[in-house]
Amino acid sequence: MSAAEPLLRVEDLRVEFHTEDGVVHAVDGITYQVLPGKTLGIVGESGSGKTVASMTVLGLTRHQGAEVSGRILFEGRDLVTMGEEQLRGIRGNEIAMIFQDPLSSLHPLYKVGKQLTEAIRVHRDVSKAQARARAIELLGLVGIPDPADRVDQYPHEFSGGMRQRAMIAMALANDPKLLIADEPTTALDVTVQAQILELMERLQRELGMAIVIITHDLGVVAEMADDIAVMYAGRIVETAPASEVFAAPEHPYTWGLLRSIPRLERDREEPLVPIPGSPPSLLAPPTGCHFHPRCAYAQPSHSRVDPALELVPGASNHFVACLLEPQLRRGLWSPLSAGATPDEAKQEAGFADETAESSAVR
Amino acid sequence: MTAYVIRRVLWGILMLLVVCLVTFVIFRVLPAGNPALLRAGRNPTQGQIKAIEHSLRLDRSLPTQFYEYVKNILLHFNFGYSYGSNESVLQLIKERLPATISLTVGAAVLWIVFGVGIGILSAVRRHSYLDRGSMGGALLLVSAPEFWLGLVLLFLFSSSIGKFKILPGAGSYVGLTSDPGKWFTSMLMPWFVLAAGSAAVFARLMRGNLLEVMDEDYIRTARAKGLPEKEVTKQGVRASINPVVTVIGLEFGLLLGGAVLVETVFNIPGVGRLAYESIARSDYEVIEGTVLLAALFIIVANILVDILYAYLDPRVRYA
Repeated sequence: MSAAEPLLRVEDLRVEFHTEDGVVHAVDGITYQVLPGKTLGIVGESGSGKTVASMTVLGLTRHQGAEVSGRILFEGRDLVTMGEEQLRGIRGNEIAMIFQDPLSSLHPLYKVGKQLTEAIRVHRDVSKAQARARAIELLGLVGIPDPADRVDQYPHEFSGGMRQRAMIAMALANDPKLLIADEPTTALDVTVQAQILELMERLQRELGMAIVIITHDLGVVAEMADDIAVMYAGRIVETAPASEVFAAPEHPYTWGLLRSIPRLERDREEPLVPIPGSPPSLLAPPTGCHFHPRCAYAQPSHSRVDPALELVPGASNHFVACLLEPQLRRGLWSPLSAGATPDEAKQEAGFADETAESSAVR
Repeated sequence: MTAYVIRRVLWGILMLLVVCLVTFVIFRVLPAGNPALLRAGRNPTQGQIKAIEHSLRLDRSLPTQFYEYVKNILLHFNFGYSYGSNESVLQLIKERLPATISLTVGAAVLWIVFGVGIGILSAVRRHSYLDRGSMGGALLLVSAPEFWLGLVLLFLFSSSIGKFKILPGAGSYVGLTSDPGKWFTSMLMPWFVLAAGSAAVFARLMRGNLLEVMDEDYIRTARAKGLPEKEVTKQGVRASINPVVTVIGLEFGLLLGGAVLVETVFNIPGVGRLAYESIARSDYEVIEGTVLLAALFIIVANILVDILYAYLDPRVRYA
């Protein structure tokens, strides 16, 4: 994607869970990379495997009995094969993570200060007093007023936004090179969401860390991300610089995501278009292209052939995993982006179904 | 907090009065046997019985009897006298209390230490042989009644009738102050029997709580910070111990009930056996005294547990 050496490079990562009902293919061979100081947004519905993929980076799925294959290269070191003790030295230190629900992510019975200082002292050889001073400094850095008093309070004495700030302070404790933020604003009020995103951007500028932000909210990635990876049913279906994803999306699933959010420049009468159906079970994902049962443009052959993530012709770092012809995709998106329905778009693009059976496949 | 404790203590006193009344009703209004008859010897005449009833004040109306009983307690701290020995109930209980305290405190320590300890180990090594073995054993011990377990142990290990004569048997109790070594060995089996059921309940409860907590988000956070697994488990235990502490108060009542059986099986001269003997003799005031004592212990234990709970969980504030 770029000449710079990636900070994190994930190659063909697969994560499987063996359950009583069978094998869950939570992550099904994903590849992406994060450059130092840049932000990658991973977008997808619940159950698309985006959280599992990121937790696996820190080895947090090991405790759940996950079977992991592929490579996760962090500054050249493979985190998949790394020993637990060594990986523990990276967790919370070089790579930190914040989670969706800041209340349940903080230990209810320990003071915020203790939870901060333990994060510092586990990786740094500092005295309790020094760690406490650093904890107060961190709380101030993330915009918590009266940090010297707040440090001795319990999480339940913090508001939702303050808790997420405290979580961010905890994650920043050891100046990580990479921050993984898993739905960091989902559990918060809209106004607080904006504050938290702003805070993360400010901290990224000041501290120069890279961020992987995982979300189902395209608005969040539009604001934050340099690059976007769209995940569906355990796979990355499209990845590109953020501006390109919004201007020239290539995958029908991305089209669906974009058309299901309200946009100011559109006519208010124009209805939002949801993606029909629901995400597939990862116990038995669809054959071929995982999206074909919900895709308006799927052909019978799409249920047999696995699409590979391939470079979009003419682009330098825009990849898509779609079996439709590139020409046809462009022909479809231009009417769709203007508000046409899938059927109208098909007509306009001169789209011809392979056979009459295609509807039966859907 | 202080106001809360005072309120709890006042409620506790009211509760003791209710316990008094209920015990009174159970034994005097619905009597199991006439104590006068039991004292009168063989073939008593109606006159003899009446005379004894009069001397025991059993011929007065029930409300009068209750009023006098409560009045004596409140004004003179006098819990009445045994119909059999004429000793004061307070004196009888005082004599018997050390044995019961030896038994229950020892059993409680055993119960909490082993219950919580085994629960934690089982959860940490989930699905291991240790886990399966101790949970199977716990099921067995939960199901085993004290009197049965006590007799089985006596038949197995007591020096008198046991298969392996390694421990002192029934009736071997000596006071802690007179011979600490013998006191300890004589209490081993009773402690085990009394603690077994509660320890088993606790082990299962602790295991379940801890397994649940280890799936919590904040445990994931602790791991994401890079804390060692030992510290992560410690934080899990800290969070899962609170519900277990609440149950201590409830379980304590069961422990006192079990003490009656264990003291009887092992022939320990404690308050439990006193209660058992006085029930057999319809010795009303002794029964009421022992029941009040048990109620007092349970109420105090529950107040202590609530105070401890507020201390353990910063989110709990009593107003």
